[in-house]
Amino acid sequence: MEWLGLSLACYLIGAICAVACGGREAANRLGPAGALAGSLAGLAGVLLSPASAASHIVLPWGLPLGAFSLGLDPASRLFLLPVYVLGAAAAVSGASALAGHDACSDRRGTHWFFFNLLLLGLSLVMTARDAVCFLIAWEIMSLAPFFLISLHDDESEVREAAWIYLVAAHIGAACLIAFFTLAMVQAGGSSFETIAAAAGDGRLTAPALLFLLALAGFAAKIGLFPFHIWLPEVYPTAPSHVTAVMSAGMINVGVYGLWRALEMLGPPVAWQGWLLVGLGLVSALFGILRAQGLGGLKRLLAYSSVENMGLVCLGLGLGLVGRAAGDDAVAMLGLCGALFHVLSHAAFKGLLFLCAGEVLLVVGSVRIAHLGGLAKRMPLVGGLFLLAAAGIAGLPPLSGFIGELVLALAMLAGLDLPGLLPKVGMAGALAALAAVGGFALAAFAKAGGLSFLGQPRTPAAAKAQSRGRLAEAPLVFLAVCVVLAALFAPALLSLAGQAALNFPGMDLAPARAALTMALATTRTVCLISAALVVLAAALLLLRNRLTAAHGRRAAPTWGCAYTAPTARMQYTAGSFVEPTARIMPVPMGMTIQLDMDPGLFPARATLTVATPDAVKNRFFTPIFEAVARGCDALKVVQHGRVHLYILYVLATVVALLAWKL
Amino acid sequence: MEMTQYLLVALVCVNLAYLAVTRLITLTRITAVQGLLLAAMPLAVLGPDPHSHALILSLGVFAIKAIGFPWLLARTLSRLSGDPVVEPYLGFNLSLLSGVAGLLFSLWLETRLPFPPGLFPPLLFPAALTSIFSGLALVVARRKAITQVIGYLAADNGIFLLGVPLAQGSVWLELSVLLDVFVAVFVMGIALHHINKTFESIDVGRFCSLRD
Amino acid sequence: MNALTHIVAALVLAPLIPGIINRVKARMAGRVGRPLLQTYYDLAKLIQKGVVVSHTATWMLAAGPAVSLAAVGCALLLLPGPASPAPVSFTGDFMLAAYCLGLSRLALILAALDTGSSFEGMGASREAAFSALAEPVLFLSFLVLAVGAPEISLSGMLGRGLTGVLAPERLFVPLILFIVLLTENCRIPVDDPTTHLELTMIHEVMVLDHSGPDMAFIVYGAALKLWFFAALTVLAVLPVRSLSPAAGWAAFLAGMLLVTVAIGLVESVMARLRLMRVPRLLGGAGALAALSLVLTVWR
Repeated sequence: MEWLGLSLACYLIGAICAVACGGREAANRLGPAGALAGSLAGLAGVLLSPASAASHIVLPWGLPLGAFSLGLDPASRLFLLPVYVLGAAAAVSGASALAGHDACSDRRGTHWFFFNLLLLGLSLVMTARDAVCFLIAWEIMSLAPFFLISLHDDESEVREAAWIYLVAAHIGAACLIAFFTLAMVQAGGSSFETIAAAAGDGRLTAPALLFLLALAGFAAKIGLFPFHIWLPEVYPTAPSHVTAVMSAGMINVGVYGLWRALEMLGPPVAWQGWLLVGLGLVSALFGILRAQGLGGLKRLLAYSSVENMGLVCLGLGLGLVGRAAGDDAVAMLGLCGALFHVLSHAAFKGLLFLCAGEVLLVVGSVRIAHLGGLAKRMPLVGGLFLLAAAGIAGLPPLSGFIGELVLALAMLAGLDLPGLLPKVGMAGALAALAAVGGFALAAFAKAGGLSFLGQPRTPAAAKAQSRGRLAEAPLVFLAVCVVLAALFAPALLSLAGQAALNFPGMDLAPARAALTMALATTRTVCLISAALVVLAAALLLLRNRLTAAHGRRAAPTWGCAYTAPTARMQYTAGSFVEPTARIMPVPMGMTIQLDMDPGLFPARATLTVATPDAVKNRFFTPIFEAVARGCDALKVVQHGRVHLYILYVLATVVALLAWKL
Repeated sequence: MEMTQYLLVALVCVNLAYLAVTRLITLTRITAVQGLLLAAMPLAVLGPDPHSHALILSLGVFAIKAIGFPWLLARTLSRLSGDPVVEPYLGFNLSLLSGVAGLLFSLWLETRLPFPPGLFPPLLFPAALTSIFSGLALVVARRKAITQVIGYLAADNGIFLLGVPLAQGSVWLELSVLLDVFVAVFVMGIALHHINKTFESIDVGRFCSLRD
Repeated sequence: MNALTHIVAALVLAPLIPGIINRVKARMAGRVGRPLLQTYYDLAKLIQKGVVVSHTATWMLAAGPAVSLAAVGCALLLLPGPASPAPVSFTGDFMLAAYCLGLSRLALILAALDTGSSFEGMGASREAAFSALAEPVLFLSFLVLAVGAPEISLSGMLGRGLTGVLAPERLFVPLILFIVLLTENCRIPVDDPTTHLELTMIHEVMVLDHSGPDMAFIVYGAALKLWFFAALTVLAVLPVRSLSPAAGWAAFLAGMLLVTVAIGLVESVMARLRLMRVPRLLGGAGALAALSLVLTVWR
């Protein structure tokens, strides 16, 4: 708790110092320093305290409503971990990216103010134990990114993305305010304990409505289908260090909120669990198929976040299904898998976004069509991107596999649930998980392979070179985290297990047994992974010995008897996914348009490959256009005559008085 | 008993095959296979009986469903011009998925319906219902008139399958139904011929031009 | 010790499988064919050669084959033998095996993309797409095997034979696994390993720029992978657990020979499917697996 206080204070001091320095170079030192110090202090607090400890503190607060009540328990600590790790890495990376003078250098003070505020808000959300306090922290945490995204607000895309973010964040927040207000009114108190007690007594009327409100509110933050549309708009336009924090720290806050809401709402019903399972699977499949189709690296990563959060939601759903059926092994494994996946996704996704940010700074674009051959020019960034890509595709020996394995264990345990439909549901979910794994492999083979391997497709990519030690330090730090997560996967899993054991209503004996089984499995997997690494290293050594003995020659890539191949002939992002796009036209939504002059020898031809998001274009855009038309129609009352505006106020006051008295 | 199970699983597979096939001629062959399997059903379910009702029924089904219809359909097909492929509204993999979903639904439905115990051997009701579903799916999700005829045939086979365990004493009822369907398919064959003549295609989508 | 016998057998005998397939194809075509041990000769020759590395390539070109072979080796560790369970086995280990094979695939795909050749990109793209589709089919057939198994691990699920009298739907599992075998190992009707045109290949076009020991790793890895899937198919059918070790081994080896000959026969009598027909083949296999699973769970 002391460490938490220290961390919050550091964030606050960093924020104030940054805004006080304004656009000067000092803001770019003090702001990140505050964020770094706060994150490291928080990290120390999380790592030093015993895994199962819970503490609670109530501070004075000037509002008539709610209380400033903060607490730390295993779940809070688990979700704070990625915030601190990514906060530290992103602070250094951002300081290096914003160093020097460019168009936005006079805004660095405010930028670092809001960056610190975002981290502060995130820490407060994850420790708040009171609905009002939670909502206020939620608003801080939701609003700060708006200003962070619009750092380069001279570009129209950035402004539009910031608006989309703001609208999405507030649609979610509206649902959450409704959820907490309803719960508070019915429970007669605003602390989480009161609400949970009321739910336990059955005093909450319409728990189904509360569940749906919480789900909608938090799903908008998590980016679950169909609320995912803000992610692919915002991530590519925001500065990369901000994106890293958002993708790895901020969207988790939605999962955290959903976790707390599920804890509060008491014993779950089976349909709620199956709804989460279905939503998770749809998000995962849709997200990864869309990710596969895209040609922009950051947009691809955004859809990959949709996929991974879908898997997390699937795990939460399995937890609820297990709880509702009274099978605590299923529940425990599902919840553990979800929490573990949150951690490993955060590490991989943060690393991937920071690597993409380096690419953007060096090449000036993250479109795969402009990249290629970067691993030869920036070996460290390329190597780390490929490492994280293999991890996020869920492949051993990295920890992404462990998360998916624990989810699979939950589904295998779920094969023993009574009834035909639950069994088939579990089996279907496992098959879908396998499909997601296969598509994720394809998507990240494309992302890593086409951007970093092969030949550079543009002169800018050909001239790329690494930006030096400071820029690469955060990448190395996160890579170390990824490797540590793979090495100490059992420890991380038991951390997740501690949080899951606290889920209300869990029968401890079978839950602990399931956790022990999962831990034993994880240890075995770690051993095999170690064997895999050793074997690969040995083979590589053998190969180098053999080639050293028998000669090594360099030659051009074989062009299949074509003598003048160019870099433009390489497979592109569009052509790489064309087979999948033909097999699954509906979710991928790839459109291919060929314009060619008629005749036998066409002089000019253009080929346009695009993958528009049908959910955005066919569902949300019409709705928002209708809202805009409705608002336009109201402009008759907005005419600019001030005295008539005063008349409106007067009329309203009179009408209200007449109505109530 | 075991024989029945093998036949029923084979029937379910045939139902999926209906949805997975691309060529019309293969579709008619599948009809023949389904007819053959159905012909074996009375023997397997009813077992040897003194009046050899099952044998009569079996032979009747074999003659009509395994030989008669497929031959009629193949003959009609050979007289029709045009592309010999099924034209789907719904893709093949999705059709297959819906077929499996139909089976799942039938299995679930069986647990909800109050049948007298021992009326149907295990899997018979779901297999029959799946047959009806995939037949109707063929009607709904395919373009050509001939696939619709085959679809109705598959659906009728499902209904016939439901009747097999009930045919303990009243074989004649089943046989008369069989005859009805025979006439219906005959009429459809003629109708198809006329449709093809009038519209120069058997795509039922073209019937739209008949409306006001 | 007993558990390792099977691994050693796999490591030693795996290169024999492509030889047998080739012999079957040759005999069907009325030729004499290459020696049965040709793959061993190839491997011996390849490791004695130097490498030619593309100017474009990075370390990935060298790392790909090594990682790929190592991953296939780890998958083999989880495969039970005819007379004993696997050296390592735990609930859900089939997932580790499948994902190890996935890692092996990713390594080869990246190594192919490392050369910047458009042909290799083409092969990589197809390999990624079709294997992604084969993955759920493989998992569905594992789930069918898992129902009623004492432990949901490869050692628990395999080698028990087609248990249960009333289980016609279980007969599909070996068939489905055989289709997955053909897909994952890029055999006809999914891919033609002997075609002369790069445009129509999948696996063979991905490895155009590999040479020397790298190529040896790839050839050996492909043979091990083929062994893995063939053993999976055989052990899904044969009740080797209930036999004595010697009889189990005999039955297993006979089964492996049978599967190998079946691959050869399929390759002799069938043509390669059009690429866009492959998903339909896998969809059919998937539907059959789903059907089998639903019925197995229902019983």
